[in-house]
Amino acid sequence: MNRYVIQDIIGVGGMGSVYLARDQHFPNVVKLVAVKEMINHAPDPLVRKTIVQNFEREANILATLNHSSIPRIYDYFSASNRSYLTIEFINGKDLEAIINETPGFLTEQRVLVWAIELCDVLNYLHNHKPDPIIFRDMKPSNVMVNLQDHIVLVDFGIAKRFLVGQKGTMIGTEGYSPPEQYRGEAGPLADIYALGATLHHTLTRRDPRLEPPFSFGERPLRKINPSVSAELEAVINTALQYNPEDRFQSAESMKDALAAAGRKTGVLNRVGATTASIKSESTIKPLWAFQSEDEIRGAPLYHGGSVFIGSYDHNLYSINAADGTLRWKFATDGGIVTRPAIYEDNIFIGSEDKLLQVGGARTGKIAWTYYTEGCVRSSPRIAEGHVFFGSDDNHIHAVNLLSGRAVWKFETAAPVRSTPFVTQDMVYAGCENGDFYCIDFRGELKWHYKAKMAVTSSPTVMDGVVYFSSLDGTLYALDARAGWVIWRFRMGKGSISSPCAMNGLIYVGSADGNIYAIDVHTSKETWRYKTDHQVGSSPVIYKDALYCGSADGNLYSLEQQTGRLRWKFATKGPITGSPLVNDDIVYTGSIDHFLYALLA
Amino acid sequence: MKKNIFGFLRGKKTKPLPVVNNGINTVPLKEGQADAPLANVQHLEPQQFIYGCGQSVGKQREHNEDSIFALSIATGGETSNSPIGLFVVADGMGGHQYGEVASATAARTLAGYLLKHFHPYLVDPSTSMDESIQDLMRSAINDAQRAVTQAAPGSGTTLTAAFILGQQVTIGHVGDSRAYAIHPYGGGEPLTRDHSLVKRLEELGQISSEEAAIHPQRNVLYRAIGQGEQLEPDVFTARFPQAGYLLLCSDGLWSVVSDINLFQLVTSAPDLQGACHSLLAAANEAGGPDNISAIVVKLTA
Repeated sequence: MNRYVIQDIIGVGGMGSVYLARDQHFPNVVKLVAVKEMINHAPDPLVRKTIVQNFEREANILATLNHSSIPRIYDYFSASNRSYLTIEFINGKDLEAIINETPGFLTEQRVLVWAIELCDVLNYLHNHKPDPIIFRDMKPSNVMVNLQDHIVLVDFGIAKRFLVGQKGTMIGTEGYSPPEQYRGEAGPLADIYALGATLHHTLTRRDPRLEPPFSFGERPLRKINPSVSAELEAVINTALQYNPEDRFQSAESMKDALAAAGRKTGVLNRVGATTASIKSESTIKPLWAFQSEDEIRGAPLYHGGSVFIGSYDHNLYSINAADGTLRWKFATDGGIVTRPAIYEDNIFIGSEDKLLQVGGARTGKIAWTYYTEGCVRSSPRIAEGHVFFGSDDNHIHAVNLLSGRAVWKFETAAPVRSTPFVTQDMVYAGCENGDFYCIDFRGELKWHYKAKMAVTSSPTVMDGVVYFSSLDGTLYALDARAGWVIWRFRMGKGSISSPCAMNGLIYVGSADGNIYAIDVHTSKETWRYKTDHQVGSSPVIYKDALYCGSADGNLYSLEQQTGRLRWKFATKGPITGSPLVNDDIVYTGSIDHFLYALLA
Repeated sequence: MKKNIFGFLRGKKTKPLPVVNNGINTVPLKEGQADAPLANVQHLEPQQFIYGCGQSVGKQREHNEDSIFALSIATGGETSNSPIGLFVVADGMGGHQYGEVASATAARTLAGYLLKHFHPYLVDPSTSMDESIQDLMRSAINDAQRAVTQAAPGSGTTLTAAFILGQQVTIGHVGDSRAYAIHPYGGGEPLTRDHSLVKRLEELGQISSEEAAIHPQRNVLYRAIGQGEQLEPDVFTARFPQAGYLLLCSDGLWSVVSDINLFQLVTSAPDLQGACHSLLAAANEAGGPDNISAIVVKLTA
């Protein structure tokens, strides 16, 4: 009992303390040992005795181990309700302390060396005869790095014997343990998972105990620490597979994989691997392309086998949807940037000549005209026997379809360029100074919200919530009936792209170049896709794909759920208008004067 | 539209009923029976939230460490009249210090924060709100976290709150108390996701829901108020179940009464107080191993 003189306390654990002591059996030499104290909390004397017996049995096994990464066990003894283990004192720091004390990321080289040493010691333990020893507690705080920068495993979980089962709700999970450990089925492959988790924490500085359990997939290594090589990331991901069969089946094979990765990463400059291969642009050919005499800025409309599109050359074109041949064209006196609307074979189009004109869809002959006092840059919306649209004359116009007369004109604070959305006897529209209006069918204001900058894009309403984007860079979700803000989503830059909602996700583009997919309920970003220039076009959903154009000239087709690129088609100018999909064909206009038809 | 469907069910001779051979004998609905579920629905202006709430200490605990809060505000008149509701359930951790202090502090602080910041809008509906509803909920939860850490350090509590404006229910949630949407005909689903270890295992397909129900570590949470530095609550908005109910409860209820029974007890009760009665009784009958709390909310038509 008097053999060890305590000099210092090295650490404190849940079970007791760890002391630095001097072994007096060696009086001529200063022999330092670590003495780990474990306090036996079991109330029942029989349980207490069993715990001590188990502890001593395990200490015996550990005393037989001989490996440079395992501290020597010198002695053990028990007195009253405490047990003690005398172990080799390791001078160094544990990995958790090193991570916390190092300001940036640790180098891949150093971590790789440690990883290989850890595989080596795990291999030794797993091959122990007669029974393999599962470490079961691999984590950064149990990995010491000695003064020679070599790994030593400490805390063989022997103290876990002293944890009496706790009742009731507990907080906190271990973070490094694999799922099967909670089924009580931990084998050698559990150590491999835990090693992967330890390496993940070391390389990302993100402690898995502070994150939801088994969520490593949500924190890809290279996304957090881009300096990690793809090879090393692949090895760690294999170790972190939830199903044991999918991991390395032995510490040895993981060590081999690490060594192989190390050989490859001897190269200094690694060029980032490209993402999944995409079809090169040359394989996407349009079905047809129709050329107008100026920019096509607006969106097309499909009806009865024809595609209708306006161009900045003042014309409204009716084009045969099948082969792209011209059916008729109608000249207005101003550039057209709006999308036409259709009602009972009549086509409605607004133009910068300040008019809304209505003509026969088949013939292009004018039926009637409606005058406003400003350029019409808002696309008309037809509902309930009326056509609603905005004008640069600072009004939202509601025109009766039969009479061609305005039923009401709602005065706004600034030009209205967004297309009104009509639902449940309410009309929603934004205007250029940021004001957003909800107006009833009589033309009375129900509520009004002010965004910080222009609302040029068109709103959409789904499930009682109205969504719209603003040049202030925000996507808003407001209660459609009362106008309170349910959530806001901030994008990098302003947006003139009209959001499109489908299946619990809302899609919108931004001048920051991204197309975003946002969860409608949680307002969290599900994915984003980066294009090479501003996205002013509005996304469109068809089947399980999303279509959107960008100012970089491309029309993108992405997977709706994941945002992965399906294909992209390059035009020769920016795309500002929204695409249209009908019958598996997608139509898009471009500033390069063309209207294209492509296979969806 | 409605009339046609019910006329069809009453066996009008216009169309023959389809023949289904699955061994189940059915009987056509009697006159008026098809209308029965909607018969109780009386149109009342203005719309309002009605609720019942109940608590029981259960059969195996001495103290109640659950806390609840319920508030319904109805406004009528010519101006905009959306009903407002605020319902909170918090379950303090047993085994940690001051479970009941933690849950009470969390529930009251959150409710107080929400009401304080929403108050100007109540007084004058034309006031514009700076924060979005979801951001308001997040701030309220953070305030509750701060208050619990101060009032009962080392303790923990779950927190599930529903702030309802009109038809939109915004839920802030941490832990394993639950919010359910219950439909008028007896179906339903949980709206929240338990922040428990076993739920994660279940989501990964590592264990089944039956195994999760009896798992020795089913009480282990990875997220709770009062614990951890960075709190990430779940905040989301969903529509109030059409003609249905919202149920908020602690695990003392859902862990011993199956979901199907919960829905059935709520939809078959004569009124909301009766529903709470049945829920508490069912949990106690199943052994009552934990404190039980329930709030049932309905939106009048």
